[in-house]
Amino acid sequence: MTDAILSIDSLTIDLPIGADRPHAVEDVSFDLNKGEILCVVGESGSGKSMTANALMGLLPDGVTVGKGRAMFDGKDVLTLPEAQKQAMRGARIGMIFQEPMTALNPLMRIGDQIAEVFAAHNLLSGSERRARALALVKEVGLPDPEKIIRAYPFQLSGGQRQRAMIAMALALEPEILIADEPTTALDVTTQAQILRLILALREKHGMAVMFITHDFGVVAEIADRVIVMRYGQIVEAGIAKQVLESPQHEYTRALLDAIPTGTVPELAPITTAPALEIRHLNKIYRTGGSPFRAAREVRAVNDVSLTIAKGEVVGLVGESGSGKSTLGRAVVRLVTPDSGQVLVGGVDMAALDENELRKQRHRVQMVFQDPYASLNPRHRILRTLSDGPMAKGVSKQQAHKRALDLLEIVGLGADAATRFPHEFSGGQRQRIGIARALAMDPELIIADEAVSALDVSIQAQVLELLADLRRQMGLSILFITHDLRVAAQVCDRIAVMQYGRLVEVGPVRDVFHAPKQAYTRELLAAVPGAGWAMEKEDATA
Amino acid sequence: MSLITTILGRLVKAAITLLAIAVLNFFLIHAAPGDPAAVLAGEAGAADPLFIAQLRERFGLDQPLYVQLWSYVKNVLTLDLGYSFRQGMPVYDLIAQRLPATLLLTLSSFVISLSLGIAFGVAAAARVGKASDSVLTTIALLFYATPLYWAALMAVLVFSVQLGWLPGFGYETVGSGYSGLARAWDILQHLILPALTLGLFFMAVYMRMTRASMLEVSQMDFVKTARAKGLSGPVIRRRHILRNALLPVVTLAGLQAGQLIGGAVLTETVFAWPGIGRLMFESLEARDYNTILGVFLVSAAMVIVFNILTDIVYRIVDPRIGAKS
Repeated sequence: MTDAILSIDSLTIDLPIGADRPHAVEDVSFDLNKGEILCVVGESGSGKSMTANALMGLLPDGVTVGKGRAMFDGKDVLTLPEAQKQAMRGARIGMIFQEPMTALNPLMRIGDQIAEVFAAHNLLSGSERRARALALVKEVGLPDPEKIIRAYPFQLSGGQRQRAMIAMALALEPEILIADEPTTALDVTTQAQILRLILALREKHGMAVMFITHDFGVVAEIADRVIVMRYGQIVEAGIAKQVLESPQHEYTRALLDAIPTGTVPELAPITTAPALEIRHLNKIYRTGGSPFRAAREVRAVNDVSLTIAKGEVVGLVGESGSGKSTLGRAVVRLVTPDSGQVLVGGVDMAALDENELRKQRHRVQMVFQDPYASLNPRHRILRTLSDGPMAKGVSKQQAHKRALDLLEIVGLGADAATRFPHEFSGGQRQRIGIARALAMDPELIIADEAVSALDVSIQAQVLELLADLRRQMGLSILFITHDLRVAAQVCDRIAVMQYGRLVEVGPVRDVFHAPKQAYTRELLAAVPGAGWAMEKEDATA
Repeated sequence: MSLITTILGRLVKAAITLLAIAVLNFFLIHAAPGDPAAVLAGEAGAADPLFIAQLRERFGLDQPLYVQLWSYVKNVLTLDLGYSFRQGMPVYDLIAQRLPATLLLTLSSFVISLSLGIAFGVAAAARVGKASDSVLTTIALLFYATPLYWAALMAVLVFSVQLGWLPGFGYETVGSGYSGLARAWDILQHLILPALTLGLFFMAVYMRMTRASMLEVSQMDFVKTARAKGLSGPVIRRRHILRNALLPVVTLAGLQAGQLIGGAVLTETVFAWPGIGRLMFESLEARDYNTILGVFLVSAAMVIVFNILTDIVYRIVDPRIGAKS
């Protein structure tokens, strides 16, 4: 541990007055060694990103370094004058961010954005910068480099944009790369590729990587050492293997336990009566049709047939663009399929006209991904929960009584009824979202990435709630997710979707342990920490 | 879709729209009470019904409406805008005579309001929360809220009547016999007050929008990326924030540009500026159908042309538009 390249000593970051706590980060000390990958793990609000931003001198307005030092190359980077910080950024410490979609300037060509790094530090001539940009684009494995450097960000996929970001961060061969949740917004297979890329680049350039993540799977995949943070403090630090295998602090243990593993639940007894029958469903999106050009077609759902029995939970798994959300929306008739049937309790939702549809809507209810955007911010919870039933014809009194009961059932308590959505946390809002769906007494619930936006420990609680409800009420659920581990935890059967088609359907155990299709195997292998999870499962079995 | 096919498509639509506008204008004018024959006869001091009937016959006003419409549309298609009986010359010539003055006024006010508005907006955003920001936004609010005619009258009172710095009305000094540079200088002096007054409102609008847009964009992720690259503040503001912040300003500038002909009636009246706006006003009072219809048509054409230009500019500044595939 002697060759620390960066050593942070009792760093405290002050939050502005009126924040929920006085310090974002409190008395944090750690070293980053030459050439190592250090993972900083924590849930939202743990202060992990603030630490990184402080090192870069990129703290948001009002947030300041209270005390502490961060020694890098004999100097304290926290107290450097702004001009020197600016010279250091990009050149000696590079950084990549979570959202590749928004982290690139939408109006600038990729090549220009990379070349700009050299310009910022007054290096090379114009043509040399372009040549280097091209070489970098090649190095990070972007296809067709000549074309990519002339492309705009919107023409690239999420994974490609993240590669472009990495190219920028590596342009000047920094000694330290700070990666702030760089793979969180990506699909599993893309995530696996980016992780491999970072490992390969570390191998080649020997830079130290401070990798911020909330995902222990990612830790298992790439970390040399780990720091676990909570409420701005380090609760545990150590060699990755040790922390994963024998966590000392209870919070680390709780986080590790909360991770959905490949552990497969017992099959629930399933009746044969179907709650949902999808027959040969098709949905084609056409874009850009005009008198001057033929329309472009995307087969979002391509001849899909799927049955969900009463009381069964089926996981619909796939990467972004696989058509899983479109399928879910077609079942609720938020999109109207082009052909095929969606039978819910014998009623074909796909064939109803406007009027009939309004009467039948209550049969299928949806729980959405974003707990912040899916509740009307101007309605009190009671109204959110009772508007639907009242529109269906339930009396106001009954609807209100049912709403209060449901709030008890989802674990919020009846006094939540008079409050507004902004008074709740993300996990609590998702409970409200579930209560809202249940208020309609649906025959089927579609949960579209319902836990994806939540921290792992909150995720575990919401999944537990769903499992409870399902036991008590015999709910039938179509559980749409990109996360195989989550799917394994709550589902009876798994349906894997790719390019609008169902490629594999089967009981969780079969799909996980004996996948028939190559694509399913690929997906499973791409899950970060897949090997480690298997070991963990074997150990507990 | 390539730019050229887009423009062609838009031009076809524009032609159809323009024709529809011409027809609509025709009916609108004829729905208004009174006709030019009555006004002319009234001014001549003879309300003799026979005289009025003669006038009507001479102007073709005694024909059924659909015949009048047909001959109007036919003329429009051949770019013949008819004859102004009131002014005693073809409408086309009349408009061509007045157009340069209006365009000079509105274009200079457009350039002034756009450039100053953006410059002040950027300055205010860079000093957000400081005293200078408050001063700039307050002044902008004042301009935004001041009625145009009042500002125009005050400008004349202060700078022309009281201080005597600038001429308060007209396009150039009548009978001065200036030519060449001297004439240009003379016109420029006459131009300053009306152009500034006309530009005040839009300058305030551009400034407020630029400021808000700059502040919004500066919170975006890619600005943080730019900082992480080690770029300096001014470079980030110019290359990353400003370019993205200008997109909504372009939209608004397109709207203003559409009013380049029809939007200066008040200003031209107060400053006695011999432009299209005043021509329209005079023609309205005199029931000079042909001239009004001509001005309407040219204004409408201007709106459509600038809409297309805005779209083209938009596609140049924002590569995402029109290239979604």
